[in-house]
Parts: sequence; structure tokens; C-alpha cells
Amino acid sequence: MSERVARESHAATFSKEEGDDSWSIGGRLDADSVPAIWTSGHEAVRQAKGPIAIDAAKLEYCDGAGVALLCSLRTAAEAEKKAFEIRNLADPIQILLRQFPAESIDLAKTKPHTRPLGWVETIGKGAFTFGADFVQQVEFAGQLAVGAVRTIRQPSSIRWGDAVVVFEKTGVQALPIVGMISFLMGFIMAFQSAIPLKTFGVDLFVVNLVSLAILRELGPLMTAIMLAGRSGSAFAAEIGTMKVNEEINALDTMGIDPTRFLAMPRIAATVVATPLLTIYADLVGIAGGFAVMMLMGFPAVTLWNQMVSAVALGDVMSGLIKSVAFGFLVASIGCLRGLQTRAGAAAVGDSTTRSVVSGIFLIILTDAVFSVVFYFLKI
Amino acid sequence: MSTPIIDVRDVTAAYGDDTILEDISFTVEPGEKFIILGGSGCGKSTLLKHLIGLYPPAKGQILIEDKDIAAAEGEDRRAILRRIGVMYQSGALFGSMTLLENVRLPMEEFTELPPDARDLLALMKLHLVGLGDFAGSLPSEISGGMQKRAAIARAMALDPAVLFLDEPSAGLDPITSAEIDALILRLNEALGITFVIVTHELASVYATADRVIMLDKETKGILAEGRPQDLRDHSDVDRVRRFFRREVEPKEEK
Repeated sequence: MSERVARESHAATFSKEEGDDSWSIGGRLDADSVPAIWTSGHEAVRQAKGPIAIDAAKLEYCDGAGVALLCSLRTAAEAEKKAFEIRNLADPIQILLRQFPAESIDLAKTKPHTRPLGWVETIGKGAFTFGADFVQQVEFAGQLAVGAVRTIRQPSSIRWGDAVVVFEKTGVQALPIVGMISFLMGFIMAFQSAIPLKTFGVDLFVVNLVSLAILRELGPLMTAIMLAGRSGSAFAAEIGTMKVNEEINALDTMGIDPTRFLAMPRIAATVVATPLLTIYADLVGIAGGFAVMMLMGFPAVTLWNQMVSAVALGDVMSGLIKSVAFGFLVASIGCLRGLQTRAGAAAVGDSTTRSVVSGIFLIILTDAVFSVVFYFLKI
Repeated sequence: MSTPIIDVRDVTAAYGDDTILEDISFTVEPGEKFIILGGSGCGKSTLLKHLIGLYPPAKGQILIEDKDIAAAEGEDRRAILRRIGVMYQSGALFGSMTLLENVRLPMEEFTELPPDARDLLALMKLHLVGLGDFAGSLPSEISGGMQKRAAIARAMALDPAVLFLDEPSAGLDPITSAEIDALILRLNEALGITFVIVTHELASVYATADRVIMLDKETKGILAEGRPQDLRDHSDVDRVRRFFRREVEPKEEK
């Protein structure tokens, strides 16, 4: 503390006595004190009619910030074509000051090298990136297909130990959150539909609505979206960090295919975990709907019979088939985004974001395709 | 002798139950170029992390300009941190910022300097380390040696009394490494900055050190202290002489 007090008592001064031909600069010139005299110093240079002289005889201390001030005043004076002189400056500071000739400290050089793109360039670059990304996705799909064939022929080629760990993280550890979201989903849907259906006296049909919606659509969809947020992003971040740390390069140079080594176990585990999670989400979601109906006074057996009469095996299976596809998409897009990571911490963040956005987009897109296909197949 | 700028008193450094260094004491004088030496895993980097206040010592005190860095909190801690600069082994430049923005960051946090002044000062620091022309570059656009120099410029942003450098020459070619040594000598001479350097590059040690301490993994203490040339030629401890002469320990020869 004592030093701070001492610093304050030696604040920098910049003044001119009546009749003097030079300004006097004194006290401590450091990053704390320089701001106070920065403006007045520049003002003095601007208002000077002719040559400007500064006497540094009373200077007690001068560090980088002080030298910056002197440099800046010198540059300002030279810009206005005024002669500039500093008198009685201690030798070490003079040496420092000489290290920074005006041309060496050109602030114009400090602008970032990259300039902002115009809108035409932005569109062009966007299109190019989109195209390149599409090509990479196709390539990656090809690598995965090759990897899948190899796995089937030679199951020991992928690291099943890793797959088990991923299965635990992606599947088992997701049970609480997937359960809660699904229960609330069934609960909310039953509540929202019970009132209008009751108007028509068909409130028992809430069971049809909830069970069909959850089994065919919401169970698989919500599970997949949860997975994209929970696991797809984790894959992207993990593999992305490995990319930044050159671990992926290490795998490459060891002759180990990163797709087989990193992506296959993750995709295999997620493809197994997603339908299981979906079955669980379906059951809990329907239980949420039943809970509302039981609160409204329907006995459980009535609800059960109503559901069994409304739901066919095709409804359950269509949801499960979709969930397998969703699981594959979420895991593979997470791994792909991780492998696409460039250098730096921000790149890992970008990959994670892109994995979630692309994951959810692809889930919805695939869902739409499935809806059309199932319609024509009459499932 | 003047008051030491760093005073390490009976410090024990430990991660949980794992003691890395036990009861070590030493001082660093103002303006000194002080080097912490030792083989891999002897606790050099651990000691450095304690000196810069990242970890509190399990026992003992570390005083920087007579203030206990581990005990200080809030404004007092900021005041101590302002007086030191740290260059991390990897450079640890912020990848999303240009070199100028990296160097300017501590000034924005700690000083009231107007924006022009900050830019100018940051540019001057970069100029001092020979990177004046790269102020607008991102760290990813420059080489490893340049990144380390930029990291030194950032560490010097607030004209610290002490600069801590963690392995400044690790992973650099001999010429770039020699350039960093020359930079250390120049900054020490021109600005009177005290240097505390962790390294195991012997060439850099001979080029820069006023005094070294050598840490020892087995005793968890300081094995030797003194001028590197003296330790190489006259140390009583066999291991120390071998270290400086780069001779393999007899038991490791198989």
C-alpha cells in the first residue's frame, strides 16, 4: 500500500511557467500517472505557435507509458511540422526513446490484416463453404460405410472398450434428463388436449393422441434432439480438442484411421443407445399422459385398454426405425464437425455449435423424409 | 545488499498429499536474471506456478516486493499481479485477438490510458521484441518463436518489475532461442526488469543467468545454487557437475 501512496504523491506534472520558453514535465511517468497529462500534453503541442520544447529535468521516473507519451507528443509535433525537442532527458530514457523512431511506430500497421468481406464475397464464400462442407460430408459418409463394412467383417477392428464408455455416457447417463423431458412432454400434451376434447365429450381420446404422438414422433424426436445437445456436441468438442492438440495428426501418421479409431465406436454406441433411450422416453412420456388422465378420474385399466386399441406395432416400430437413423446422424455429424475443427480454442466452440445446429437440422429433415415414406408405405 | 524482490521462505509445494518440493528457501535480487533448473519432473514448473500465485504453498511464504502473494486478495492481489508478468510455455496468446490486442489487454484492464495511448504503448512493446510489423497478425499466422516473443511483449505490457518465463526456448531452433536470450539481456539492461526463468536449455543458461538454483526430484529441495560456470566447474555434488556437462548418470548407462 505504501508504494501506491508514494506513487500518488509523485504524480506526473506537465506545466509551463509565465515567461518560460519550454514546458516542464516532472514527477513519475508511469501507466497510472500518464493518463492525467496525456490530453494536456497533446493540447500544448496543438496550440504551440512555433517550435515546442519540453524540459525533463524534474522527471523522477519514466517507464514504458512515459516513453509512449513522449513518442506520441513527438509524432504529433512532426505531423504539424513543428520542431520538437526534449531537454535534460536522462540517458536511459533517451536510449529507449531512440529505439522508437516515428516510422517504426506507425499505428496504421496495427489494423488486423484481414479485411471485412463485401456482400458479394460473403455470398460467394458462403456458397463455396457450403459446397466444400457437402463434399466433406459425402466423403465422411463414404469413410463410415467402409468402416462399417470392415467392422462387420472384422468386429475386433473397432475399440469396443471405448464404445462401452460412450454408451454409458450417451445412454445411461442421459436417462434422468430424457425421462424428465419425456414425462413432462406427455404431461403437457395431455393437459393441453384434454380441455378441447372434453368439450366434445371425447376426453378419453387424449390417450390416443398422446400415445400415437409420442410413439410415432415426439419420443424419437425429443430423444434425438437431447442427444444432439448432450452427446453430439461432446463428440465435436472432444475430437475438436484432439485435432487442436495434433492428436488426430498423430493418429494419421501412425497409420491409424481417425474415423475408425474415434468415430466408429462413438457411432456404434450411439446407434445402439438411441433406440433404447427412445423406448424409455416412449414409456415415460405415455406415463406422463396417463398421470394427467388419472388425475381427471380415469382408471388405469381403461387408459391401458384405450391405448392398446389405438396403437399398432407399426407405430412403435416406425418410431424406433427413425431413432436408429437419428442416432447415426447425431453421432456422425458430431464426429465430423470435430474432425473439421481448425486451429484454436474458438474453433472448438465453432465445431460444437455447428454439430448441434447441423444435428438438429438433419434430424428434422430426416424426420420429414420418414413421414413421407411412411405415408406411402402406409405404416 | 538491497532488499530481495522475491523472497521464498520455507515453502512446501504439494498437490494434495503429493509433495513436490519441501522447505525450500531462496531470494531473487532486483535486476537479477535468476534461473530455475532441474531435470524433468523435479518441480520447476510447480515452483513457478507457486511464485506467480496460481497455487498457494502448502507451507511457508512467498513474498514479492515484501507482499505475500498467496495471502493477498482483491485489490491487494491485483496490485501484486500488476508488478509481475508471466510468459507461459506455450505462449498462451489469445487466438481470437491480434498481437496488438493481446498486448493491449492488460492495459485495458489495469490503466486509464486513452485508447490511442494504449495502441501506441502496445505497439512499442511489440517493437521491443521485434514484432512491430506483425501487430495486426493473429497468433496462428506467426511462427512459434514469434509467438513466444509476442507473449513476452504481453507479459511486459504494464512494465512489470519481474518477468517470469516458463521454458522460453523450449521447442525453438538454436538461432531463435539465441534471439530470445538476447532479448532477455536487452530488456534486463534497458528496463532493469528482473527475470525468473525456468528452463533446461544449458546454452540459454550460460548466456543469460546471473544465478541459478537447481532443484532435485529425490530430496525435493534445492541441490545447488550459484553461477552456472561455477557449478559446472567446482560443484561438490557430482550430479550437478554432470548436469552442466550433459553427462549421463552412471546408473542409467546400460
